[in-house]
Amino acid sequence: MSAAAERISLAPAAVKRRRTGGFWHRAARHVMRDKVALVCAIVLLAIALSAIFAPWIAPADPYKTSMLRCLLPPLSPKYLLGTDELGRDMLTRLLYGGRVSLSMGIAPVILATIVGGALGVTAGYFGRHINMAIMRVVNVFYAFPSVLLAVAMAGVLGSGIVNSLISLTLVFIPPIARVAESVTTQVRNQDYVEAARATGASAGRIIVQHVLANVMGPIVTYASSLVSIAIIISSGLSFLGLGAAPPLADWGLMLNTLRQAIYVAPVNAVLPGVMIFAASVSFNLLSDSLRSAMDVRA
Amino acid sequence: MSADRGGPAQPILIVNGLRKYFPLRGPLGTIDAHVQAVDGIGFDVRKGETLGVVGESGCGKSTTARLLMRLIEPDAGEVIFDGDPIGHRGISIRELRRNMQMVFQDSYASLNPRHTATEEIVFGLRVHGMGSKQAREQAHASLRLVGLEPGQFGDRYPHEMSGGQRQRVNIARGIALNPRVLILDESVSALDKSVQAQVLNLLADLKDRLNLTYVFISHDLNVVHHVSDRVLVMYLGKVVEIGPVERIYGDAAHPYTRALFASRLSMDPALRVGAAPLSGDPPNPVRPPSGCRFRTRCSLATQACAASEPLLREIAPGHQAACHALTGEMADAA
Ligand SMILES: Nc1ncnc2c1ncn2[C@@H]1O[C@H](COP(=O)(O)OP(=O)(O)O)[C@@H](O)[C@H]1O
Ligand SMILES: [Mg+2]
Repeated sequence: MSAAAERISLAPAAVKRRRTGGFWHRAARHVMRDKVALVCAIVLLAIALSAIFAPWIAPADPYKTSMLRCLLPPLSPKYLLGTDELGRDMLTRLLYGGRVSLSMGIAPVILATIVGGALGVTAGYFGRHINMAIMRVVNVFYAFPSVLLAVAMAGVLGSGIVNSLISLTLVFIPPIARVAESVTTQVRNQDYVEAARATGASAGRIIVQHVLANVMGPIVTYASSLVSIAIIISSGLSFLGLGAAPPLADWGLMLNTLRQAIYVAPVNAVLPGVMIFAASVSFNLLSDSLRSAMDVRA
Repeated sequence: MSADRGGPAQPILIVNGLRKYFPLRGPLGTIDAHVQAVDGIGFDVRKGETLGVVGESGCGKSTTARLLMRLIEPDAGEVIFDGDPIGHRGISIRELRRNMQMVFQDSYASLNPRHTATEEIVFGLRVHGMGSKQAREQAHASLRLVGLEPGQFGDRYPHEMSGGQRQRVNIARGIALNPRVLILDESVSALDKSVQAQVLNLLADLKDRLNLTYVFISHDLNVVHHVSDRVLVMYLGKVVEIGPVERIYGDAAHPYTRALFASRLSMDPALRVGAAPLSGDPPNPVRPPSGCRFRTRCSLATQACAASEPLLREIAPGHQAACHALTGEMADAA
C-alpha cells in the first residue's frame, strides 16, 4: 500500500495534457482495449448483478437450515453448489455473500475517499501549518500496516458489520489523504490556480472550480486500487469474528464456518475463498488498467 | 472604466521598500536560510505608461509581480494603488485585484485544462458578483477585444488552441474585469517571433483603447525597448537603475545595465556600449555579496563597494541609478 501511494505522482505534463471530460472517456476506451481488464470488468459486473438481484435469482432461502442435507457436494440435485454445514444452499449464500463483500469493499473506500480526499485537498491547497497539522496525524496512522490497523480498530470498536465498515474507512483515510495531498500540492502550484487567485476569488471557490476537477481523476484511480484490499480485509475481519455475525451470508464468515468441514467437503469449503479471490483480483487488475490509462498522454 | 481618483499626476502604483525573503527549509523542517528574492525595492508606475522590467533570470522580477498582486505576502514594504495603501487602511486585496491583473508566461499552464475559454473568463467575473448571463456576455466581449471570435473560440479548451490563441485568452481574462493595470510577466517570451509581434501589437492596441497601464516584465531587451516608456533594471533582488527607455538603452549609467546590454547582440552598432559583457552567473541570492550586490562581477568595483550598499540616486531628470562609482561616494566611503 505504501509503495502504491508513492507511485501516484502527477507529472506536470499529465496535468497539462489531460483532456476535459476526456479522462473517464479515455479510461473506458483503454479498458475496452485491455483484454485482461475487460474480462475483470465482466467478472465484476456478473458478481455485482448477481449480488444485487440475489433475492430474485437465488434458488433457495439463504437462512433455511436443514440438518438432513448438510454438506451435500456440488452438483447435488436441487443444490447446484451443494450445501453448507447447516444445510443451507451454497449457491444462494454465495450470491447473498456478494452483497456484503462488495459493499464492504466499496463503501469504506467511498467514505474514505470523501474524508481522506477532503483532508488531503485541504492540506495540499493551504500548505504550511495546515498541511503540517493534517499530514502529521495522517502519517502516524499511515505508519501502521493496514491489516493490523483494521484488526486493532475493529477490536476496539467491537465486532459487527457497521464497526468493521468504520474501521476499514479509518484504515483507508490516511493513504487516500496522502495521495490527495500530493496531487493537490502539484495542482495548487499550477499557474492557473495562481491566476484564479489573482482574480480575487476565495479559496473555497478556487478549490471547487479549479482544483477538484483536476485532482479527482488521480484520487479516484488510486482509491479504486484499495477496493480489492478492502474486500480481503473485510473478509478477514469476518473470518476472525470481528465483522459480519452469523447467520449473515458473508464470504469471510462462510470461509470460517466451513473451515471445519475442509476434509469432509473440500470444494464447499473453498468456494467462498474462490469468490473473494475472484472479486479482489478483478478489482485489482481493473484498477491497474485504469491507472495505466491515466498515464497515457493524449 | 474605474475612476481616475488621484488625478493624472498621481502615480498608479507607488512601491516602497518592498521585501520578500523565501525561507529555505532543511531536512528537519527548520528554516536554514533565506532566498533574498526581492530586497527593499522602490519605484513608481505612472498612469498610462508601460514600465519595462528587465534583469537576468532569478533576479526577482516574477516575485515583484506576485508581490504587486499580493499573491504572496511581502515581508516588508508597501504598495500604494492610486493613492490608496493596500490593506485595512486603504483598498482591499480583492479590490486591488479587480484593478490590477496579471498575464503569466506559460499560456498553457495558466489556463485550467478543464475550462473552456469562456468559462475561464467567466470565473473571475462571477467572483466579482456578476450574474452568469451577463458574465458570459462580458467574456465574449473580452474575447472579441483580443481578436478571438467567441463563436469559434469560446467553447475551446486550452489544448484545442495554439500558443498565441491561448495567450490571447489569458489577456482577455486579464482585461475582462476592466482593470487599470496589467502586469505582463514574460507574457510574450514563450511565443514564436511572428506570433509575438502580433500579440505585442494587440497589447499596444488594448492599452490605448482601455486606458491601461502596463508593467512589462521580460528578459528580452529588444522587446522591452520596443514597448516601454520607462525601464527598471533589477539585479539580485535590487533595483539598480530606472529611467526613460531612451536613456537606459542609449546612455545607461549603471555598470550592470551597461554589461547587460553589451552581452546582447544589437542591430545598431551605436547602441553597443563600451562595457565588458557579463560573464558567469549571478551570485547566490541566499548569500548575496555585502555592499553592492553587483560588485563581484563589476569591473569598476573597489573596496567601497563591499563596505556599503549604494542607494538609488538621481543622475539626470527621471533617471536614477544605484552605483558608488556614479555618485562619487567612492572617495567618501573609502
Ligand atoms: N516560492 C519560492 N520559494 C523559494 N524561492 C523562490 C520562490 N520563488 C522564487 N524564488 C527564488 O527567488 C529568486 C527570484 O525568483 P523570480 O522572482 O522568479 O526571478 P525572475 O522572475 O526574475 O526570474 C530566485 O532565486 C528564485 O529561485
Ligand atoms: Mg520570472
